[in-house]
Amino acid sequence: MTAPQVIEPVSQPESQAASPRSGLAVGEFCIALGALALAAVILWQTFEIPVSPLYAKVGPTVMPLFTAFGMGLLGALLMVSALRGGWQTDDEKETTPDKVALVWVAAGLILNVLLISQTGFALASIVLFVCTARGFGSRAIVRDALIGLAFALVAYFGFAKTLGINIGAGIIENLLERVFFGSTPN
Amino acid sequence: MHAFEQLLHGFAVALTPVNLMWCLVGTTLGTAIGVLPGLGPALTIALLLPITFKVEPTAAFILFAGIYYGAMYGGSTTSILLNTPGESATIVTALEGNKMARSGRAGAALATSAIGSFVAGTIGTLGITFLAPIVVDWALKFGPADYFALMLLAFVTVTAVLGSSAVRGMAALFFGIWLGLIGVDLQTGQARFTFGVPELLDGINVIIVAVGLFAVGETLYVASRYKSGTDEIIPLKGSLWMTREEWARSWKPWLRGTALGFPIGAMPAGGAEIPTFLSYFLEKKLSTKPEEFGRGAIEGVAGPEAANNASAAGVLVPMLTLGLPTSATAAIMLSAFQSYGINPGPLLFESQAQLVWGLIASLFIGNVMLLVLNLPMIGLWVKMLRIPAPLLYAGILVFATIGTYGITQSPVDLVLLYLIGGLGYLMRRYDFPTAPVIIGMILGPLAEQNFRQAMTISAGDWTVFFTRPISATILVLALLALAGPKLLGFWQSFRMPAEPMGGDA
Repeated sequence: MTAPQVIEPVSQPESQAASPRSGLAVGEFCIALGALALAAVILWQTFEIPVSPLYAKVGPTVMPLFTAFGMGLLGALLMVSALRGGWQTDDEKETTPDKVALVWVAAGLILNVLLISQTGFALASIVLFVCTARGFGSRAIVRDALIGLAFALVAYFGFAKTLGINIGAGIIENLLERVFFGSTPN
Repeated sequence: MHAFEQLLHGFAVALTPVNLMWCLVGTTLGTAIGVLPGLGPALTIALLLPITFKVEPTAAFILFAGIYYGAMYGGSTTSILLNTPGESATIVTALEGNKMARSGRAGAALATSAIGSFVAGTIGTLGITFLAPIVVDWALKFGPADYFALMLLAFVTVTAVLGSSAVRGMAALFFGIWLGLIGVDLQTGQARFTFGVPELLDGINVIIVAVGLFAVGETLYVASRYKSGTDEIIPLKGSLWMTREEWARSWKPWLRGTALGFPIGAMPAGGAEIPTFLSYFLEKKLSTKPEEFGRGAIEGVAGPEAANNASAAGVLVPMLTLGLPTSATAAIMLSAFQSYGINPGPLLFESQAQLVWGLIASLFIGNVMLLVLNLPMIGLWVKMLRIPAPLLYAGILVFATIGTYGITQSPVDLVLLYLIGGLGYLMRRYDFPTAPVIIGMILGPLAEQNFRQAMTISAGDWTVFFTRPISATILVLALLALAGPKLLGFWQSFRMPAEPMGGDA
């Protein structure tokens, strides 16, 4: 499961990929800061866990403490690396992410969360499908919406019904259910 | 020949029409997701986990194993015809395979990879058949302290040995361990890291994390770099029948690839990337025509493809005998076992003999099915490569949403899924491997459990991990694995070029 990417016959050894850089790498700095913040949150939350004296030997806080210290140490190491110019490969550093595409996909995801419990799975899926396809450069909104609907219904009746998982049914689902099976679910 | 007898019983289980059907569904689905970029076996099995509530364990695992093996076959098709490896383990196949396809020998490349996969898969499955009972005998002597040491070793090897940076691999692992800690502590009943959200008391479902990282994160990453141009698919040219010369140049690489792949896969280090790279360099060295490497040498397809499939088989050995998953897919399969209340480990071969041997037998059958699916029916899969990326990735996100929302119908889970997806995007962008998150999440709680049991048995004596010979040995190995690459780096400036990929092998 990987992104399409062209493979060069000779892979670069790490030493070459991380050519000498200096100065602070902003992206990496934020990542390292995030790791340190997570370590702090883990530590803080660990002290919130009540420990019964019965389990004094290896209580519920030993593993969390270990995790907090591990995360803290790794965060510090990442920070050192970030201050020394970061670790991102040159290929990744030179690529500017396509922000418009990301906004389209993210919008699809957010709308999906907002819609799914209100309008049912099919409508929310159409929105998600169209937005994502748009993010990948498709302009055929009507075609995408129809494919999205077909896809959502196949998923709903095939996947969900066979696996016995119940997805929030909405207007479209109930209508079709009544047409095909003569009853309304739930 | 106890194992052989058991295997025959296994065939009796696997050859029932229902189980044959599951095997066919699994191998077909596996090939399909292997062919499609953006989908992998770990994600697919995660989405199908709810099936464990509906069908009996044997059927479910035959399905999952079919997907697992099938993805390995399908991935090579994409590598050869599209030069975009569908799976991290088929990167090397793209090197020579795509060159072969460009010079009109796509048929031979596909044939040698499919037949090589079949040879390696079959030998690898034989390897499971005979190695697993030996490991079981040995593993029965293991106590909790030894298991804990073994898990530490697996933690070290999946993070430090694979991927390009031990620190980033470890950070991903620790994040996974923390995710695994969230929820009620089963031993004391205390809630940990729930932040007052009742949905988190049961812990975070591994489906959400796997789908978030592998589907949502991956889609975001591809979207951020996708320039609406289409990839060039090389038309299927050249006979699927290999010439006498191609056979002669293929069979040894198949066997050598298998000999590399299976043991490395079976070690607690796991992973298919290293053996495929090793096999590539070995074949390059041994080839009588080294000048062809880089221009489409058939050995460079045959060897790594065999290594890839053999290591996929090898990974199942520690998974079934020790309950030790060393790849994201194996970790998801372990969670499927947990969902049935079955504990993989040495006792599995006694208590669930029918399941284990039925599963192993189905691997043999699946390999035959996959050979048929991937050679005579190759045209079908080539058509799948033509699905436009906008529709493919939109479909992936819709499926990811159903799979997650369907479990609990909770918008909280959906928000969590998308947040983890965003994190997965950042991890890809900043070169963190994602597989250790899943492994940490599944293996972390097991490590904690064994740690506590060991400490209880030793009455709180910390030295127990160093005084038991087995656990002491394993801990030394773990230390070597952690420090080894560094030491080697001092010795020689050249390092194994193992490029980190999406990590969903």
